[in-house]
Amino acid sequence: MSFRLPTFGHLIDRDSPVSFTFNGKSVQGFKGDTLASALMAADHRMVGRSFKYHRPRGIVASGGEEPNALMNMGEGARFEPNQRATTTEVFNGLTARSQNHWPSLAFDIGALNNKLARFLPAGFYYKTFMKPAWAWKHVFEPIIRRSAGLGQVPTERDADCYEYFYAYTDILITGGGVAGLEAALEAGRSGAKVLLLEQSPHFGGRLMVDDVEVDGRAGPAHIAHLLTEIGKLPNVSLRPRTQGAGVFDHGYALGYERLNDHAPSTTPRHRLWRIRAKRIITATGALERTLNFAGNDIPGVMLASAVRDYVRLYGTAPGARTVVVTNNDDAYRTALTLHAVGLEVPAIIDARPQGGGALAEQARALGVRIETGHAVAKVNGKIHVKSVEICLQSGAGGAVETIACDCVAMSGGFSPVVHLWSHCGGKLNWDAANAMFSPDPSRPPTDQNGEGFVITAGSAFGALTTEACLQSATAAARQAADEVGHSLPEEAAAREVRTISENPMAPIWSMPDKAPYKLRAKTWLDFQNDVKVSDVQLAAREGFESVEHTKRYTTLGMATDQGKLSNINGLAVLAGALDAEIPNVGTTTFRPPYTPISLGAIAGEAAGPLFKPTRKTTIDGWHESHGAIFEPVADWRRAYAYLQAGETTQDAITREILATRGSVGLFDASTLGKIIVKGPDAGKFLDLVYTNMMSTLKPGKCRYGLMCNENGFLMDDGVVARLDEDTFLCHTTTGGSDRIHAHMEEWLQTEWWELKVFTANLTEQFTQIVVAGPNARKVLEALGGMDVSREALPFMTFTEGKLGGIQARIFRISFSGELSYEIAVPASQGLLMWNLLLQAGADHGISPYGTEALHVMRGEKGFVVVGDESDGTVTPHDLGMSWAVSKKKEDFIGKRGMQRSFLTAEGRKQLVGLRTLSDTEKLPESAHAVEDGKAIGHVTSTYFSPTLGHPIAMALIVGGRARMGEVLAFPVAGTVHKARVVDPVFYDKEGAQQDV
Amino acid sequence: MLLLTCPYCGVMAEETEFHGGGEAHLTRHSDGSSDDAFTAYLFERKNPKGIVLERWRHVYGCGKWFHAARCAVTLEIFGTYSAQTFEPPAEIIAKIKAKRPEWEAKS
Repeated sequence: MSFRLPTFGHLIDRDSPVSFTFNGKSVQGFKGDTLASALMAADHRMVGRSFKYHRPRGIVASGGEEPNALMNMGEGARFEPNQRATTTEVFNGLTARSQNHWPSLAFDIGALNNKLARFLPAGFYYKTFMKPAWAWKHVFEPIIRRSAGLGQVPTERDADCYEYFYAYTDILITGGGVAGLEAALEAGRSGAKVLLLEQSPHFGGRLMVDDVEVDGRAGPAHIAHLLTEIGKLPNVSLRPRTQGAGVFDHGYALGYERLNDHAPSTTPRHRLWRIRAKRIITATGALERTLNFAGNDIPGVMLASAVRDYVRLYGTAPGARTVVVTNNDDAYRTALTLHAVGLEVPAIIDARPQGGGALAEQARALGVRIETGHAVAKVNGKIHVKSVEICLQSGAGGAVETIACDCVAMSGGFSPVVHLWSHCGGKLNWDAANAMFSPDPSRPPTDQNGEGFVITAGSAFGALTTEACLQSATAAARQAADEVGHSLPEEAAAREVRTISENPMAPIWSMPDKAPYKLRAKTWLDFQNDVKVSDVQLAAREGFESVEHTKRYTTLGMATDQGKLSNINGLAVLAGALDAEIPNVGTTTFRPPYTPISLGAIAGEAAGPLFKPTRKTTIDGWHESHGAIFEPVADWRRAYAYLQAGETTQDAITREILATRGSVGLFDASTLGKIIVKGPDAGKFLDLVYTNMMSTLKPGKCRYGLMCNENGFLMDDGVVARLDEDTFLCHTTTGGSDRIHAHMEEWLQTEWWELKVFTANLTEQFTQIVVAGPNARKVLEALGGMDVSREALPFMTFTEGKLGGIQARIFRISFSGELSYEIAVPASQGLLMWNLLLQAGADHGISPYGTEALHVMRGEKGFVVVGDESDGTVTPHDLGMSWAVSKKKEDFIGKRGMQRSFLTAEGRKQLVGLRTLSDTEKLPESAHAVEDGKAIGHVTSTYFSPTLGHPIAMALIVGGRARMGEVLAFPVAGTVHKARVVDPVFYDKEGAQQDV
Repeated sequence: MLLLTCPYCGVMAEETEFHGGGEAHLTRHSDGSSDDAFTAYLFERKNPKGIVLERWRHVYGCGKWFHAARCAVTLEIFGTYSAQTFEPPAEIIAKIKAKRPEWEAKS
């Protein structure tokens, strides 16, 4: 059983009880408890089921490396799966549920998998579900999908908010243990700006737990002293509950601050720190490793350091009788701690024949039984530890004795947390004496100057004693301060640390040494993904020699804990199976973040309406108050149609089109791009940018032009107006305004920089309003001020003047096929002009029309829309627009590209019109034409034409222009639509309507 | 995320302020070029493990294109320079050669 102790627990406040629920049952803890410590104190030792075999699992660790104690946290819009109980602080009202079981934690159907473990080895899904082929999709995958995964998926939108914070500092220190704090103090004294991040709510690391004395002060007292000293330095900031989550190029780092996970509120829950540091000191400590013995995953088997943490920090006993099993001296501290609070330690099993040093002597003096050269053969117990069988480490597991216990504290040595060092390319050395990878200071990640910018300190550096930690911290701080250009204080005398002599650890990768298959098949490496020693050995036998391949085949280290406990053991087992040295097998890649961080924090404020700003025209408010429904076009929102009372969307579109073609319509075209191209070489430049000739355009005239990219594919179109000899105004598509401006600048700056040309994007400086329809001229004449007659302002020309008292530029251009004026006025006058036109057109029943009416009308005219009729693989020739591609010009962007063999070959898709055989049947969007079982093209636009009273469509069809009159089949979801290939211009082919 | 200095504004800024434009100093092939030359110009890029000369645009700044000489392995920036040139300036070439004697500006 596990329970609360009357003593210790300096992180908990016994005067502040906290009440929360676990699987619906009320549990009491104290302020300062983690969910793990509170559950343990309440004797909840089984906290979940494993991923694959649904085995009972308990708490193993006390920090972010915990593989088992993952919880479904919160409810409704604050529900979040896979939260580690070991890093979750309890608060009143917390709700937690265990994961991966059905119907309940205690009774779980999926545990059947445990019985079938023999048939579910590494890569079983690659081998087992091969035949019959149909069964994968219909039988196996649905079952596997249902049974895989840990937590549940949230179903509601996240109710919390998140934020970013930008920080710039000379030195960033990650980790607030004694090494990090010592480094912060030393670096701070140099005057450098220092920011220290600590992932847990409190500082001090191992010094808060272990019996360490520095300068005559006990560990916690020394930490308090350091914090006081650091507090005197205004240039040093400390952030608890903030994890150094990742290190990236050139001193960029991410911090993940959990602001109120421990005290829910409506203020931002997490804060993502985006940090630029000149130097980064990682003082992230080391993680203890598990030992590989059978049954090492049974609830009650824990890391020895974690057992000590629960006793010291939270006053909680993981068990009443704890067997300690180790390959190093550190685990003796756990035995001594347990003994000190009166808990039983029936035996310390030390795999080393020579046993431990001074700490072992202390334990022996207290009468604790120590078995050197011994191992755990297996752990007995189903849902928690009942006993261990011990054997000789050198043997094959013949048990010599069974020792009753309810907890096993294991220590397989330590692995420095090298993640942050490695994220951006820091290299590692294999330290054979300590059987661990540690940072190689001669191969650090490098910054923009080619200099190393990450330095490690403390046990993250590989220093495993307090003395060595402090030395490396001081050295790291002095190096960093010097490198960021701060003068250093005199080096103070080294701190005095009471040292304890320790015996070397022994690398033990199998317990016992010659464990047979039966034991290895119950020996877990990766607890979270259920990978066993036998799985890695099988992978090696099957030829997976690369550690990266083995990882993916067995899923070792691929769970949410990213193998923090399992990776080194897994590597060692693989190396053993391959008969290779561990450093030659190598490590898998360390990738940020260090532990999972919330997607909310990554999004920051950029959620909901703030995800991306919506561009609105000056008339947007009028649209909104007049029944407009909107559609997104690039970053803009545009009025799609204006719905009147009782109308459907289709009703509104039909009414708008008939009003425009019958009398006059009004359209907000402000979103079209408007780029000024100016300079003595402007004409020459535009000849290079457009496929057709622009330099011959006369001032006062307009010309429609096409733009291609260097591949020869259409990228934009629009009307160009020559304002004067040196100045052109290029209209682009709505989506093209920024892109085309950038395109022009790229060519001007990087290829044709000798040209004397400036460009300016004036898209938002003008409001542009289209007045279209047979009565359009009358509306403008009613406003007065400018001669807009056919003679004064012919088709494809423009003029400037005052229309209704407002400075305006009027273009005689038409996208609807009607008599049409596009009126550009300064944006500040846009809404005024719109209202004046509405008044002036009232007698003619002027009707605003939206983008869909515009599209239908242009479809009737057979005008293409870039992005509908073109998709980035279509040339002007494909669209029947060869007339807009100059044969005279020596060069233009895309000229050579269009000559490529496959663009000039027969059998290209060509633009055609489609007329359905039935007058009521509109072709579905994007429907494919199928001929002899082959797709020969697709519908690009399809509408019902109110003008013509029947559906119309355009399509890109293989050899389309030679197919006029053919009937094509468009099978969609069981219905075969039939349509005849026709000319794409359905309405007023001669263009008489627009040129009146 | 790289730190780059725009040679036009002189501002050192985050990579997110810039937009990468791929290999620099390409020779444009147009009308009359052979299929091989045109294909190479359009599609073939060097991607060396080492020094890269690349195009960047200060898109959320002055809007200017410039070039950067960078090591793709160590991420060291040897300098940024005008886009209106056919090769890196001599001082940048010298700076690269000081650390990578085997490197040639045109290879």
